[in-house]
Amino acid sequence: MTDDKKPITDDLPEPVVRRPRVNASIVWLVPIIAALVGLSLVIHAWIEAGPTVSISFLSAEGLDPGKTVVKYKNVTIGRVTAVRLSEDRSRVIAKVALEKSAQGFATADTRFWVVRPRIGLGGVSGIDTLLSGAFIGADVGESSEPKSEFTGLENPPPVTHGAPGKTFDLHSDDLGSLDIGSPVYYRRIQVGRVSTYHLDKDGKGVTLQIFVDAPNDQFVTTSSRFWNASGVDVSLGADGLKVNTQSLATVLAGGVAFQDPPGPHDATPAQEDAAYRLFNDRATAMAPPDGEPKYIRMRFEQSLRGLAVDAPVEFLGVPFGRVVSINLDFDEKTQTFPTIVGAVVYPARLGKAHDKLVALARERGDDEQMSQMMGRLVEHGLRAQARTGNLLTGQLYIAMDFLPKAPKVAFDGTAKPLEIPTAPGDLDKIQQQIADIVGKLQKVPFDSIGKNLDQSLGELNRTLKQVNGNVLPEVTNTLKGAQQTLGTANSAFAPDAPLQQNLGGSLQELQRAARSLRVLTDYLGDHPDALLRGRRADDKLQPAPPPPAAPTQGSKP
Amino acid sequence: MSGLPRASDLGLVGCHVCGMVCRDVEAPDAACPRCGSSLHKRKTASYSRTWALLIAAFIFYIPANVLPIMRTVSVGDVDDNTILSGIIELWVKGSPDLAVIVFTASIVVPVLKFFALSLLLISAQRGSRWAQRQRSKLYRLVEFIGYWSMLDVFVVALLTALVQFGFFSQVEPLPGVVYFGLTVVITMLASMTFDPRLIWDGRDFDD
Repeated sequence: MTDDKKPITDDLPEPVVRRPRVNASIVWLVPIIAALVGLSLVIHAWIEAGPTVSISFLSAEGLDPGKTVVKYKNVTIGRVTAVRLSEDRSRVIAKVALEKSAQGFATADTRFWVVRPRIGLGGVSGIDTLLSGAFIGADVGESSEPKSEFTGLENPPPVTHGAPGKTFDLHSDDLGSLDIGSPVYYRRIQVGRVSTYHLDKDGKGVTLQIFVDAPNDQFVTTSSRFWNASGVDVSLGADGLKVNTQSLATVLAGGVAFQDPPGPHDATPAQEDAAYRLFNDRATAMAPPDGEPKYIRMRFEQSLRGLAVDAPVEFLGVPFGRVVSINLDFDEKTQTFPTIVGAVVYPARLGKAHDKLVALARERGDDEQMSQMMGRLVEHGLRAQARTGNLLTGQLYIAMDFLPKAPKVAFDGTAKPLEIPTAPGDLDKIQQQIADIVGKLQKVPFDSIGKNLDQSLGELNRTLKQVNGNVLPEVTNTLKGAQQTLGTANSAFAPDAPLQQNLGGSLQELQRAARSLRVLTDYLGDHPDALLRGRRADDKLQPAPPPPAAPTQGSKP
Repeated sequence: MSGLPRASDLGLVGCHVCGMVCRDVEAPDAACPRCGSSLHKRKTASYSRTWALLIAAFIFYIPANVLPIMRTVSVGDVDDNTILSGIIELWVKGSPDLAVIVFTASIVVPVLKFFALSLLLISAQRGSRWAQRQRSKLYRLVEFIGYWSMLDVFVVALLTALVQFGFFSQVEPLPGVVYFGLTVVITMLASMTFDPRLIWDGRDFDD
């Protein structure tokens, strides 16, 4: 074995011996570092972990374990780790792991609620909320008493804790497109938001609570008017097409606007929790107060197609009220179907006129009730008419006008409700006239006219046939004869015809004769004596010699 | 002693880098006279280094699995995924084939590597003569598939670079992927520091 080894080793090079290198055990630093990193992660997680609280809700809708977050002022302070049913299965319990920094939220007066997805004003963030699902909102109180089991609110609390501002109540018929968080505008600047809403106890309306932030809450005065500025309000009525919108954001999210009415008004800032009415639009909100509504009834004999509930009632062109009901009635006596229209009118809208009428009525000692006043007005020809307000859509409105020619009617001032006599509308008159014309037209005997016309035309046809068959060939013959005659005449008048030549000869002869006659007359003119004495010598008869003959003439006398 | 002689029996040592065969001087700090790299009969402190790296890799493997590796944001929906939750999601959402691939690359392979290396280390340290051929095959397999576990890291890196559509779709890497990458790198180092000749050191030249 050594024999094999020796010859090889002898030729082999010697390795170089160098300074010692780092100890191999230094590699153990790697797992130590790894352990340190791991440990630091654990410690970090342990430090970061805040308290775990459980919040119970009515429904787990939108709550997703591991995903749904708890937010305070839109900062994530925790996460739902598990959702389970409560023991009595009436509620769900969401386990929430709060962050260490959110330790203060596990106290007695903290409120939690689920913010359901909705389109907000922030555009993308709103859509983000819509898609990423609900989150749990939190509002911390002032208490420091620790608590780990909470009952979640079903609606967000009206106001976040400690926010400066005021809360007001708004009453409305319906919610419209408003929602919690919908903005409240003052002169189109957002100054607050809808904090909550609920149905009234009687179910006949909705009460919204809005919160207006300080310092803008001072602009809400005791006389402020609130209106619903949400959505696009398109109305096509007897008074034309109207489109009203606020900003695009409001169109999406809805909103409430408020402002003081024009003119002098009470400008004291409103008290906290003051109640207001929420009007449907700005015009209604800003309109002067309507006063007490009165119910009147009208009985129309004609069809009222185009008249809708809510159609305006105008008094001499002033918006006076609106139609509230349209019913068909049956009259046994006349066997007709009159339409009974009910309307609510606001006499106070007539302003000064109303005041004066009331004053006059009082002077006369009449009751200032509307019935008495109306009685007098009806005597003077006040009638209700259904008129076309919009030719395009055929919408009708009720106009109250004085028609001096209107026939007198009996007016019962004590009737309840008050019934205003009516007059047929303009359009109805036109319809009546058209009907008359049509009636007259119907009396025209179109049948016999047609028959007679047909006979006459037959006769004419026969006559024409006769003309064609008998008269026309005769005419042709006659024309042919005429043509022949004309041909003969033509040949007679041709330049080489004997008649023409004879005529030429005769005319030449006549010319000569005329010349002779002229010579004679000329001669006689010069020598009238020739008639008596006879002709003189021939040389004097040369009347037209060339100019050299002139001196001879001159020397003649 | 029977069969073919080993280098150590002949008093020889080969350079790992340039392959030069030198005489074994038994000095701990001998270096190759040709290329200057250190000479040793077996990789220096192969056991302790491999053990150290393996333990480090194992420690890093815990946060790699616990921490989320990737955040996907699609249309506002934020989703943080750990390796396992990602696999589950893939499986549930109808890509079981992909789920299997990811599961193999990021769970099966690292775990297998831990087991294989531990097995090799323990058996070699005990001088066991059990299934030496198979064990060296296992070592080669561990060496070969080592880097395939980087698949996850590549996927996250690629997605992060490709899927950046702001609000609609976005992928962000999260710390978990760093630990996973470290795990893979350190296990690769561990398999590199292991000297496969140690497997055969306990043999008896009878095979």
